[in-house]
Amino acid sequence: MIEFLQQLVNGLSQGAIYALIALGYTMVFGVLRFINFAHGDIYMIGAFAGFYSAPKLLALAGGGPSFAGAALVLVAAMALCAAAGVLIERVCYRPLRAQPRLTVLIAAIGVSLLLENGGQFAFGADPQAFPEIIADSAIDLPASWGEFSLLTITVGQVIVLGSTAVLLLALRAVVLHTRTGMAMRALSLNPLAASLMGVNTDAVVSFTFAVGSAMAGAAGILTAIQQPSIDPLMGINAGLKAFVAAVLGGIGNIPGAALGGVLIGILEALVVGYISPTYRDPIVFAVLIVVLLVRPSGLLGKPEREKV
Amino acid sequence: MSRPRTLLLAALALCAAGSVFSGSINPYYHDILIMIGINILLAASLNLIIGHTGQFSLGHAGFMAVGAYSSAWITIAWGASAGWLAYLSALFAGGVAAAAAGLAVGVPSLRLRGDYLAIVTLGFGEIIKGVIQNAEPLGAQRGLGGMAQHTNFFWTFACVALAIYGITTLVHSTYGSGFLAVRDDEIAAEAMGINTTKYKVLAFVIGAFVAGIAGGLYAHFKQFIHPEGFSFLRSVDIVVMVILGGMGSTAGVCLAAVVLTVLPEFLRSVSDYPWLPAPVRELAENRMILYSILIVVLMLTRPQGLFGKLDFGRKKP
Amino acid sequence: MNILELKRVTMQFGGLKCVSDLTLRVDANELVGLIGPNGAGKTTVFNLVTGVYRPSSGTIRFLGRNVAGRRPYQITGRGIARTFQNIRLFGSLSVFDNVRTACNMHLRHGISHALLRGRGFRAEEEEIRATVMGFLEVFELADLRGRPANSLAYGDQRRLEIVRALATRPKLLLLDEPAAGMNPSEKDRLMTLIRLTKEKFHLAILLVEHDMRVVMGICERIVVLDYGTKIAEGPPDEIRRDPRVIAAYLGEEAA
Repeated sequence: MIEFLQQLVNGLSQGAIYALIALGYTMVFGVLRFINFAHGDIYMIGAFAGFYSAPKLLALAGGGPSFAGAALVLVAAMALCAAAGVLIERVCYRPLRAQPRLTVLIAAIGVSLLLENGGQFAFGADPQAFPEIIADSAIDLPASWGEFSLLTITVGQVIVLGSTAVLLLALRAVVLHTRTGMAMRALSLNPLAASLMGVNTDAVVSFTFAVGSAMAGAAGILTAIQQPSIDPLMGINAGLKAFVAAVLGGIGNIPGAALGGVLIGILEALVVGYISPTYRDPIVFAVLIVVLLVRPSGLLGKPEREKV
Repeated sequence: MSRPRTLLLAALALCAAGSVFSGSINPYYHDILIMIGINILLAASLNLIIGHTGQFSLGHAGFMAVGAYSSAWITIAWGASAGWLAYLSALFAGGVAAAAAGLAVGVPSLRLRGDYLAIVTLGFGEIIKGVIQNAEPLGAQRGLGGMAQHTNFFWTFACVALAIYGITTLVHSTYGSGFLAVRDDEIAAEAMGINTTKYKVLAFVIGAFVAGIAGGLYAHFKQFIHPEGFSFLRSVDIVVMVILGGMGSTAGVCLAAVVLTVLPEFLRSVSDYPWLPAPVRELAENRMILYSILIVVLMLTRPQGLFGKLDFGRKKP
Repeated sequence: MNILELKRVTMQFGGLKCVSDLTLRVDANELVGLIGPNGAGKTTVFNLVTGVYRPSSGTIRFLGRNVAGRRPYQITGRGIARTFQNIRLFGSLSVFDNVRTACNMHLRHGISHALLRGRGFRAEEEEIRATVMGFLEVFELADLRGRPANSLAYGDQRRLEIVRALATRPKLLLLDEPAAGMNPSEKDRLMTLIRLTKEKFHLAILLVEHDMRVVMGICERIVVLDYGTKIAEGPPDEIRRDPRVIAAYLGEEAA
């Protein structure tokens, strides 16, 4: 029982990371109907942004690991990733908006390869140790919790879950209660009608990329707090899993992405804990395929019927 | 005798003639030649699935893996006495095994389309890789070696000639017009009496079969195969060949396979020329960066692919 | 003798009944018009007959056999062909190949013949080529045979859709708003063409059309739908004067 709960806790904190990355896939898909393949690499950029900025920002916050310092690093990484996301969309995707989606997809694959190879060139191919921006240790659970006090919960995990919850709620508020959020939803329902109603498509798309990329950047930092080894190819696997999470939840659906991320994280932890780490990826994909065969548009997605 | 068949026989004769000289080619160039052949097989077969039938697939390396591992397993089990007959049967068996995997992937394609299909094919590729990584008899994570080097110039390009003949003659026939109809408009295709299910699955089965053969050729050329060699990135490589070549244009896709096989090698050699200015050499050394920039720039400037609508012998109606 | 017979067919999407309790028949060699205001369920009837939708209840019999629930390609195989309201040609294929695709279902030879290219295969391909060219000539599209379908003028695209449907050699042809977007002289040509098609190929035709001049000009019998139910049926002259039809089109007060 306690072991199962432990796997759940581990899975949840990994799932939170996937959920944050999956948001970017799903938001971009909602607005532009295309898979931004380079999104996983934005997450890697976020981790490296933290890697290079942490020493200076920590010093600014008074030196040494601290909440304030970590928050600064997080914000810096999110800002940089947002800028990178907007830039990539502006240069590589916007000129292709009228082209078939496959063309944009290949361009995105190109950008992804560029970020990975460019990353290896700029940051070096070997894994780097991420600086400690917050003291990560196991929390002593009160003995009064009985059996549950045996659970290992780390400060990092609490921070990951807390930050993810805050970011998700903030995103929800933006999408549901701001003008830009409304424009975003309008665009995803009907791009032509939205633009005829005065929605500035380019601005909304830029905003979507900014928010989605910022979330991925945050995920990069949050990962690095838990597993302080980062490398330029770390975005491939995480991006793939987050993409799976987005599809599982129903791509284009924001709560779906969050749900999918958490489910994938927990599933992985259970497979690793109870079966074998080597079966982690095959089982994740097998579950995805089964779910899609039963519900072709994902768990929360609405089926699209083609008009004849 | 029809013209395509004459051309096929001529191509096979050319392969035989070429194989006489292939022994005297510099081994490095010989390696590149064989890899060109294997990549053409992979790209042309994926083109049948993506370009002609419009089913986006990101799991082609998985089919290649099935072909590579099953054929290698057969020739290894056969032992030292395995001659070219054993090799050819193993190649064929590898193709059949891959086709069976293609059937398994083709079935979900009936319910899913576009991006969902892409992720499912990607998933299948990863599952195949994962199963191999856990299969002790196939060497698991260590990789599998010990196959004799049966693959040579003749067998590689004989397979290329047969595959290109098969694919072009198929898609140009009335029978094969079903593939193109499914790509252009599934609903209209059904209304014309075309069983779209059959054609989608058929495209996956044939495409996988050819990819399986390519895998078998590869296994018996490199004499060592590793699950990581058939990862998602390998599938992406093949997709890029199809897109750059121009989807649905077999000739363009084959050309793209040649260019994308030779280009990295060319860039590698460029970095060895001491008389070139240092920045040029440095760039060439980071050829993967150049390669990725090339993809983006090409999509921005020539989204229809490098060679547009180039096609092998199509009679005017 | 009727060849198509819908009996008490209902089609429900969620809580919305697009077609309710519809009974309809088409006789051999008859030209029937299906009219009604926008959203009356005309195209839904087509989609039911051709197998795109499966009816919620009721039977659809074609040549005496129930076809409800069959896949579209099977129904086309039985002898029903259609055109689409929003043209659905194979855009990247040539005019010739669009029509050739419709011959696919009548192939006597399978994939092995296509790969081996034996004598039988070549004879059949030549036969198909002649058939296709025959169709294209009748409909004055032969000169455009090499052009990609999506590069054709609008009227030519509509015509090509009809040719393509005919190439499946149907016994019943469903035309979904063939005159949409045409100018008056094109409409005149279309009417001649539909009459000619019916005589030449011995077809029954079910026609959905908004243009009353076309409908009244060529249909032998007209069925009027409103909100998914049949409100009138009869020869054109009767329909023209029917108060229920006028009410459906112009609103209650006008009637």
